[in-house]
Amino acid sequence: MDRYNTVRLSRRLFMSSVAMFTVTATSASFARSLSGSLPWAPLSSDPPVQVVSGGWQFFTPQEAALVEAIVDRIIPADDLSMGGKEAGCAVYIDRQLTGAFGTSSRLYTKGPFLPGLPTQGYQGEANPAQRYRSGLAAIDAFLKQRDGKTFVELQPADQDAFLTAMEAGKVELPGGVKAAGFFGLLLQNTMEGFFADPVYGGNKDMVSWRMLGFPGARYDYRDHVSKHNQPYPRPPVSIEGSPEWLVKRS
Amino acid sequence: MTTILPRKDVVIVGLGWTGSILAHELTDQGLDVLAIERGPWRDTATDFNIGYAQDELRYSVRRDLFLQPAVETLTMRNDTSQTALPMRDFGSFLPGNGVGGAGVHWNGHTWRFWDSDFQIKTNLTKRYGAARIADLQVEDWGVTGTEMEPYYDQFEYLAGISGKAGNIKGQIQEGGNPFEDPRSRDYPNPPMEMTYAPTLFANAGRSMGLHPFPTPSANMSRTYVNPLGITMGQCTYCGFCERFGCANYSKSSAQTTILPVLMKKANFEVRTDSEVLHVDLAAGGKSARGVTYVDTSGQEFFQPADLVLLCAYGLHNARLMMLSGIGKIYDPVTGEGTVGRNYCYQTNAGVQVFFDDKNFNPFIAAGALGQTIDDYNGDAFDHGGLDFVGGAGINCIPTNGRPIGTRPTLPGTPKWGSAWKKATVAGYKSTLGFSSQGSSYATRTNYLDLDPTYKDRFGRPLMRMTFDFPDNDIRMSNYLCDRMEEIAKTLGGKQYNVGRRKKGWDSVPYQSTHNTGGAIMGTDPKKSAVNSFLQSWDVPNVFVIGASAFPQNAGKNPTGTVGALAYRAADAIRNQYLRNPGAPLVQA
Repeated sequence: MDRYNTVRLSRRLFMSSVAMFTVTATSASFARSLSGSLPWAPLSSDPPVQVVSGGWQFFTPQEAALVEAIVDRIIPADDLSMGGKEAGCAVYIDRQLTGAFGTSSRLYTKGPFLPGLPTQGYQGEANPAQRYRSGLAAIDAFLKQRDGKTFVELQPADQDAFLTAMEAGKVELPGGVKAAGFFGLLLQNTMEGFFADPVYGGNKDMVSWRMLGFPGARYDYRDHVSKHNQPYPRPPVSIEGSPEWLVKRS
Repeated sequence: MTTILPRKDVVIVGLGWTGSILAHELTDQGLDVLAIERGPWRDTATDFNIGYAQDELRYSVRRDLFLQPAVETLTMRNDTSQTALPMRDFGSFLPGNGVGGAGVHWNGHTWRFWDSDFQIKTNLTKRYGAARIADLQVEDWGVTGTEMEPYYDQFEYLAGISGKAGNIKGQIQEGGNPFEDPRSRDYPNPPMEMTYAPTLFANAGRSMGLHPFPTPSANMSRTYVNPLGITMGQCTYCGFCERFGCANYSKSSAQTTILPVLMKKANFEVRTDSEVLHVDLAAGGKSARGVTYVDTSGQEFFQPADLVLLCAYGLHNARLMMLSGIGKIYDPVTGEGTVGRNYCYQTNAGVQVFFDDKNFNPFIAAGALGQTIDDYNGDAFDHGGLDFVGGAGINCIPTNGRPIGTRPTLPGTPKWGSAWKKATVAGYKSTLGFSSQGSSYATRTNYLDLDPTYKDRFGRPLMRMTFDFPDNDIRMSNYLCDRMEEIAKTLGGKQYNVGRRKKGWDSVPYQSTHNTGGAIMGTDPKKSAVNSFLQSWDVPNVFVIGASAFPQNAGKNPTGTVGALAYRAADAIRNQYLRNPGAPLVQA
């Protein structure tokens, strides 16, 4: 029973219980110390938080409409899959921009900020959240000036032509926004949303995985390794499960 | 204010592969060992949890288990005419973080370097003349293949490597790598079950008279109990290996091969979330007193120790030496100084072959499951009529079909829109990729030092990396691409694409986390930072263990050699150093 209780101690309690240094300072800041057993605590896992669609956490309604229109051109609805909007790519981007990705909190963000060479990667001061805010505003400002319309109001062919020009860096957007760089960010995030686990708000019903034949989170293919050149028979599963599991079999 | 802590026999900086090996060996010796680890504690059940370990966005794209650039990054430039700027995000290489280090999220390719790699300068000079390597700064390691063999064996049995020997005590073994040096016995586990793409690749290679063999893999082909009594599970070919922790206990790491035993020892302790700022030297700078570290609260501690082992990632070992004043920092102009010298990398290139009629099921994969051809690696082939030295392993090791990152399409395919989607669906299952993992040889102008401008979160200078692919290595890589093109043609398919390596190393796209050198081993204290036991020439109670010790990199993944060097250093400390602590094991 003693042993059981020891194991059941929370990680925090366990760590402080063995952090017994001779500390001369008044500060109670101990380094965490682990010794004498393999530390493990139950229920201490760190699963992802499931994105719930509905409402916008980062985008304004106008920005959201623009992003939905863009992701629907990057991944258009056709006979292979639904479009990026219906798949949830804009919701995915919205939620990413409110988190560590949006604020670049994990990246090196100290100055000085100097223009770099392409081999040195992104050297701008703006984080993705700031780049979306300024980039989306610049797109609509540019198009209103040029065509008297916003991106959402353009015909799909004109939307494609504009995005193609952005991708090639052939558009001078206002506010110093670099068109090719911002398009690259949009493209990267749209693809992430479309192909990531649905738990992050995109890839609705694992649409992209079904399209490719990627079985997702299955994690064990020992029964199929040697079946060379034969289609894998099972549908995909996500971290959050599978719609097939909800079908009642009586 | 710095808090002074009670003395320890040994303090280890970093608890990854090398730190865990040294800690296990030295606690067995009866020493009181403390490891200080910058990142968090990590274990399989909690941190590589099978309920969500297979999350490509979190682990592969956002890189949850890796070192975050906010904690430490480097500045980079291709040559000294450029201004180095910080890698604000890591790209070309991805250092690890936390207990287990990069050993948590590696693929598991586990190689032995050859005697011709260790005695490279002597060998190449003898075989091709000194002029052939005049524009390179290659150096002998100060060890032979024969000396390294027992330590490779020790690491491979610890880690349960799955493979097929090619040469046992001089007897060539059918189906193994005929170019490898003699080994004392076969791998502890048989090769993994082969997937479709490497099977076709091997068939094509054999039909051309080449010698394909199963890549030695740290993914378990069967349940394995290692010499420490720790059980590992059979690999499930899940396709979530590199960049991920293994939820199945099937990939060798400190977690799956050492920590369950090490953590139970009363004479071992690890302090996590604690970053060593520098090694403290005694007056005169000839011996280390211990290390200063800071924990997550910002409190500084001085940890006295008799012996200090730098077991961080190789690049971080070199930087800690620079920040601590251990050895002199290399100057490419004068050629003087040893710390930061001979920084090398890996010279890779890749080929894709596109088919219409094949389904490779790319998601059925493991990090080190595949086939390798070593006919053009190292000095396995004659360079007499060629204009370069070095070579590459040619590897068909399809590691995954994770769709954010792995969507091969025909060259010229748009990056979005309906045409992109159609090509993506067509290419996903029917593309076979293979690549050359090329040697990277030292030059006078590829090096590491401290950046004059950019600082880390504690105000210490970032390390500055000055690197470009040497002309020799580009010529080598082009030769290998020509050979790979021949294999691609033999494989058939409707089209192939060769991605050649070009000058102008780009820090953005991922290439390889095989950064070597900066604190190299050798026999000459003017040219190397540590002796062949990885003991600092300048501060003999400091050992620097990791790929930082490689004088140059071979056409192979470094971890097998890192593990073997760690065991060799441990052996030297246990059986030589402790008899006369503080004394150099090799007289300069």
